Amino acid sequence: MKRDAHDFNHYKEAVIGAAVDIASTDDRVVFVDSDLSSCIGSTSFEKKYPERFFNAGIAEANMVGVAAGLSSVGLVPFIHSFGCFMSRRDYDQLFISLGYTHQRAICIGSDPGITAQYNGGTHMPFEDIALMRQIPNFVIIEPSDAQSLYDLTWQAYKSGQNAYIRTPRKGINFRYSLEDEITLGKGIELREGKDVAIIATGIVMVDEAMKASDILKEKGIDATVVDLHTIRPLDTELIEKVAARTGKVLVCENGRYAGGVGEMIAGHLSTVLPTKMAFLNVGERYGEVGNLSYLKEAFGFTADNIVNKVMGLLA
Amino acid sequence: MDKKRLEEIKEKAFEIRCLTINEISTFGSGHIGGAMSITDLLALLYFDVMNVDPKNPKKEDRDRLVVSKGHAGPAVYSTLALKGYFDKSMLSTLNQGGTNLPSHCDMLKTPGIDFTAGSLGQGFSAAMGIACGNRVKGVDAWTYTIIGDGESQEGQIWEAAEFAGAQKLDKVIAFEDLNGQQLDGYTKDIIPEEAEAVALRWKSFGWSTEVVDGHDIEALKDAIERAKSVENMPHMIVMKTQKSRGYIPGEGIKANHSMPIKKEDAEAAIKALKEREGR
Repeated sequence: MKRDAHDFNHYKEAVIGAAVDIASTDDRVVFVDSDLSSCIGSTSFEKKYPERFFNAGIAEANMVGVAAGLSSVGLVPFIHSFGCFMSRRDYDQLFISLGYTHQRAICIGSDPGITAQYNGGTHMPFEDIALMRQIPNFVIIEPSDAQSLYDLTWQAYKSGQNAYIRTPRKGINFRYSLEDEITLGKGIELREGKDVAIIATGIVMVDEAMKASDILKEKGIDATVVDLHTIRPLDTELIEKVAARTGKVLVCENGRYAGGVGEMIAGHLSTVLPTKMAFLNVGERYGEVGNLSYLKEAFGFTADNIVNKVMGLLA
Repeated sequence: MDKKRLEEIKEKAFEIRCLTINEISTFGSGHIGGAMSITDLLALLYFDVMNVDPKNPKKEDRDRLVVSKGHAGPAVYSTLALKGYFDKSMLSTLNQGGTNLPSHCDMLKTPGIDFTAGSLGQGFSAAMGIACGNRVKGVDAWTYTIIGDGESQEGQIWEAAEFAGAQKLDKVIAFEDLNGQQLDGYTKDIIPEEAEAVALRWKSFGWSTEVVDGHDIEALKDAIERAKSVENMPHMIVMKTQKSRGYIPGEGIKANHSMPIKKEDAEAAIKALKEREGR
């Protein structure tokens, strides 16, 4: 099913809208939330399909276990919590009850990295990507706009795999249109340049990377920008292509280096095409409270800092 | 339950005990204690209570059992073999490389295992999910699950307990194997649990509860029947059991969670058990 994301006012409406639309075509689809249904808007799923909705309360481990049980009788659960709890709080359950058993759920982890904003450091997952990567065959997506979020949620469902969807709840932007081809596992080259490749994941970093490429253009630097909306499976073909063309790669992620996207790409390129690289991430820091513009500055997740990183890479 | 039927189930329980002792002895060691304490219940469930078909282990409307204390796998495998899910000769492959009978229950490997367990607490949540799923699908089947008293120290058990109470999962019958021991010793020395207090705790989570002798098959059967008559809540049957029950060298000792059992140990133990049970 295709749907214009302009129907939605926030990212959360796009991801839940997709879940509701999927449920309208497949009566195996159920939803389990963990006392955050009014935050993500899964209340709309509950309203439409009350018999297929469960609120596990503030008990994420049990939510994952219940989802695994639902899967074992042939149902397809969506589950939701804030990304910090969806990854850290219930990790052994994700690993054993879902992964090891070959059961299946589509896990929405909302407000990744600095998009947790006013909930602060306790709610700010930077390591969720690394954790999910340790579970074999877990698909990880981090779309950069509402249309790709809607489309990729559908594709995560169609993949038949466990999936982790990393998305902010609030705000909205439209980078892609209904006609754009958005494919799970295939990154999108937003700008094609010859001097450097900036590979970015998620809304914050793709936005800043695009702004940075404008600034770089004024400096006479021709930058490639890749929206790596699917972190796993990694689009190695595109990564090799842009690395071969530019010889220099900067990876920008709203997360931690260890086990994250940058390390993943560096690991791949080191085996096939050793490339000079730089990385933008949170390093060894924990999260903190603040609004998005404050946090962007605080962590250096800005176009100016991307430009600095590129200049360092080109020096 | 009539006397003839009761004797048949007792005979099955005896066979499961013997098979389990021999099974563990083929590997040389294993989780004998927590396996033996649930053999009476397993005999009752598989040979009297549950709607299952060993020739069609995946049939959709089957009753399901999740042994959340997954280290009791050897007893479950003996029961499944006796029921006809697979040949008894497979029991001698326990824990060997490439086996379909790993120490902890694995739904991907063993015909008849309804959910994987081993990381304690997790099977119990999955059992609640199975019950929810059957409700969604309109499948009229019971979900049975067995947890350990040591396992009940896991917080996830109580997350699932409150969830099941809230959801009024009345097609769930759970059993707590209150054998009073855990890996490091007696529960009274680690996290004490008295049967009546355990039952009260479950009651406060919205479950119907009952305390029975877990080795009294007739009492267990009656408790299950009473549970089935109570609507709008899940059911917890707290079983007072003895760890290692039926493997006499392990009875009444502290270190019986996992024990080395040689072939000659098994033979002697089964001989002693036969004498004690008059078989």
